[in-house]
Amino acid sequence: MTQSFLARSLDRGGTAFLVVLGAIAILVPVLNLLVPATSALHLPTYLMSLFGKYVCYALLALAIDLIWGYCGILSLGHGAFFALGGYAMGMYLMRQIGARGVYANPVLPDFMVFLNWPELPVYWYGFEHFAYAALMVLLVPGVLAFVFGWFAFRSRVTGVYLSIITQALTYALMLGFFRNNFGFGGNNGLTDFKDILGFNVQAEGTRAALFAASVVALMIGVIICRAIVASKFGKVLIAIRDAEARTRFLGYRVESYKLFVFTLSACMAGVAGALYVPQVGIINPSEFAPANSIEAVIWVAVGGRGTLTGAVIGAVLVNYAKTYFTSGALAPYWLFLLGALFIAVTLALPRGIVGTLRHWQSERRSRMAASAPAPDVAPRPAE
Amino acid sequence: MRHWADRLVGCLLVCMLLLAALPAHAAGFADALQHFVADDFSETEAGIAEVAASGDRMAAPVLSALQDGRLLFSAADKTVFMKDESDRLLDAATGRPVAGAGPADLDTVRINNRLRRALDGALGALTLLAPDAGRRFDAAQAVFKSRDENVLPTLDRAIDKETNSRVKAAMLQARAAITLGSADATEADQTAAVAVIRARGDQDALNLLSGLPADSPPAVQRAARDAVASIQHGLAMWDGVQNIWYGLSLGSVLLLAAIGLAITFGVMGVINMAHGEMVMIGAYVTFVVQEIIRTRNPALFDYSLAIAVPLAFLVAGGIGIVIERTIIRFLYGRPLETLLATWGLSLILQQAVRTGFGPNNREVGAPSWMSGAFELGQITITYNRLWIICFSLVVFVALIALLRFTRLGLEMRAVTQNRAMAAAMGIATARIDALTFGLGSGVAGLAGVALSQIDNVSPNLGQGYIIDSFMVVVFGGVGNLWGTLVGALSLGIANKFLEPFAGAVLGKIAILVLIILFIQKRPRGLFALRGRAVEA
Repeated sequence: MTQSFLARSLDRGGTAFLVVLGAIAILVPVLNLLVPATSALHLPTYLMSLFGKYVCYALLALAIDLIWGYCGILSLGHGAFFALGGYAMGMYLMRQIGARGVYANPVLPDFMVFLNWPELPVYWYGFEHFAYAALMVLLVPGVLAFVFGWFAFRSRVTGVYLSIITQALTYALMLGFFRNNFGFGGNNGLTDFKDILGFNVQAEGTRAALFAASVVALMIGVIICRAIVASKFGKVLIAIRDAEARTRFLGYRVESYKLFVFTLSACMAGVAGALYVPQVGIINPSEFAPANSIEAVIWVAVGGRGTLTGAVIGAVLVNYAKTYFTSGALAPYWLFLLGALFIAVTLALPRGIVGTLRHWQSERRSRMAASAPAPDVAPRPAE
Repeated sequence: MRHWADRLVGCLLVCMLLLAALPAHAAGFADALQHFVADDFSETEAGIAEVAASGDRMAAPVLSALQDGRLLFSAADKTVFMKDESDRLLDAATGRPVAGAGPADLDTVRINNRLRRALDGALGALTLLAPDAGRRFDAAQAVFKSRDENVLPTLDRAIDKETNSRVKAAMLQARAAITLGSADATEADQTAAVAVIRARGDQDALNLLSGLPADSPPAVQRAARDAVASIQHGLAMWDGVQNIWYGLSLGSVLLLAAIGLAITFGVMGVINMAHGEMVMIGAYVTFVVQEIIRTRNPALFDYSLAIAVPLAFLVAGGIGIVIERTIIRFLYGRPLETLLATWGLSLILQQAVRTGFGPNNREVGAPSWMSGAFELGQITITYNRLWIICFSLVVFVALIALLRFTRLGLEMRAVTQNRAMAAAMGIATARIDALTFGLGSGVAGLAGVALSQIDNVSPNLGQGYIIDSFMVVVFGGVGNLWGTLVGALSLGIANKFLEPFAGAVLGKIAILVLIILFIQKRPRGLFALRGRAVEA
């Protein structure tokens, strides 16, 4: 009874969270576009883009929470999937520039003209179509995660070993993308975007639409993750997290479960990256830096892993703090704060903000239940 | 002494040129100088040849003055002057300072590229007889490259006189190079010359032999082709040796950086992401030690590293123990959380050093016994790399000995193998954990001392090595230092062998991919622990 009650209340919390997100998706563009600039309620465009960035980070954090919080896979390379999605979108945006580039080449992006490339490399074909690019946003991170996960999970690479290998993966990709002859703009990456789907990426309307799209993507992500973790499949994931060997002995194919959820998570990260790039206006290899991926993990830890909403809240909070600190005179202290955050969260707040709140809540309930007639503690039968 | 030697050389030259007597020789030099007054390139060239042949002790200074544009002439007085380094005006014929400003119409003797080449050859020939063996060797090398036939008589004289075998070999090679290029050398001479150059076996020899004129006799061409093939073969072998050397050097650095990590990971199952920062701290300790020595007692500079080594160990080790006591011990059994907390710690340490010492690279000097290099066959071995390899091996052996023969080592091994059982036998596992972490961090500090000699000492120093060190540990397996040794050296060598084919970056990527694939085969590394410890 307690548990079904809890599950219901969680569901209610989840719905409320989605409603809040939906309200933000509508309210922020309205405040930006419809409220006159003179009004105190007007939201400047730069702030909206900033919030859009946070939302993309939140989606990345959600993807990490799905695998770390529910399946115990600590990926220190999720920034790689994020960046790959971003690059796929960046390639589409580069092709949309057309002849408006500095060298006015209708086919080749500026950096290829600059490097004397005679023609477009094969892997750039098709990126002038949005649908193809959108497919690649899902496919490239997904396939990489599938291949990587297939190798890693099948040979039972777990725990810190897996974390380090994922870190090496993103490090290797970073080194590769820094090279000019990789064909992705080298050091400078892809930038100078003009249009997306025929709309100017700099225009306020486009930015508002991108923001709304990011929030919608985040909502879809939350719904998918919630559906997964609430299902029987999700229960197996949690079982794997808590006792992998025992789950295997019970007859579950642990590696298939892990592989599915890892690939899905990579696709979500890819979508986050794809929405991030047009709002920020640039994608370069430093997005692959291992430090970025680890930072994303701390967003989840701050918000509370295994809570989904916590990942979103943690990403927004930490990034807001980062913006606040790095844009002022406090900039030199940001790394001290971030470092302290890593230590403090792991030592003092292992459940994260949302996890701790929920823990208090459930403790209060169980105290109340203890004073009431004996609760029904029998586990729910598997549905 | 020098003066005397110059005189002797001069006399010898005189004899060889069958010039009658000393006054005549002096007159010959003065006559030769007159060529420079004409302000005409071909006259100047003749002048260079005659001055070089005159054997006067002023010949070399005059030619180098000409080379540097310090040789002046007065067309009206038909006299030649030179300026020395401090801009004093000297009489070129005698080398004595000239009183006053000299003639009014002084002008520089102009040279062009052709003359520069002639000058290089002539000066090379003159220094062939220099008293210093190193200069004679350099001169022989210069002649080998210039292949100037005019040098031949001087070269032959020098070969006759030469007693140093290394210099003599270089001279013979230079002579062979000239013979090969000379139109009137016999076929047999040229074939013999090819053999001499073949014995030299380096890139210059290869260039010379493969650039042989097409009209040389067929027998010479055949010999040259054989020689080219054999030199290429030899060079490929030396290339391999060089790659192994570079690989060993990189591997020893990796070993130093990774071995502390392997100890903490093996004993405690803890991944210390702040390990790279311990390396960085070791490097900064070296910097501070050197700064203090520079300001207080510069004479001790050669001992700075010897002082820094124990200090770096103590400082980094002490910081490690503090970290273990304040952070890590609360996180046992939660390796992923430990990873995050130590990452946060690494950010703090980096930023602290950046605040304290500034974000820029710091200058750490090399003591005299670590600078310089020597040649081994076709490769150059620098002393600092050699010392670092020795140092890493010493550290490795010391750690093995510590693990094997001391009480602490015994207890550490016991905790690695079975923590619960070790605790039941009365080992204070918490104390062992703290000491292990301190030891691992201390070794990282030692690595920092070594790295300060070959890398930039900056707050980011550690970050460059952390992923590579993890790769070494993952590759070599934990709980066994031999695995770390083999892992570090094989990764270092593999890296250097892949570099020529794939470039530095792609080589690194290839290594990472290979390790990811390797993990498929042996998920616990090369030297994995067996038994129950694996699942712990």
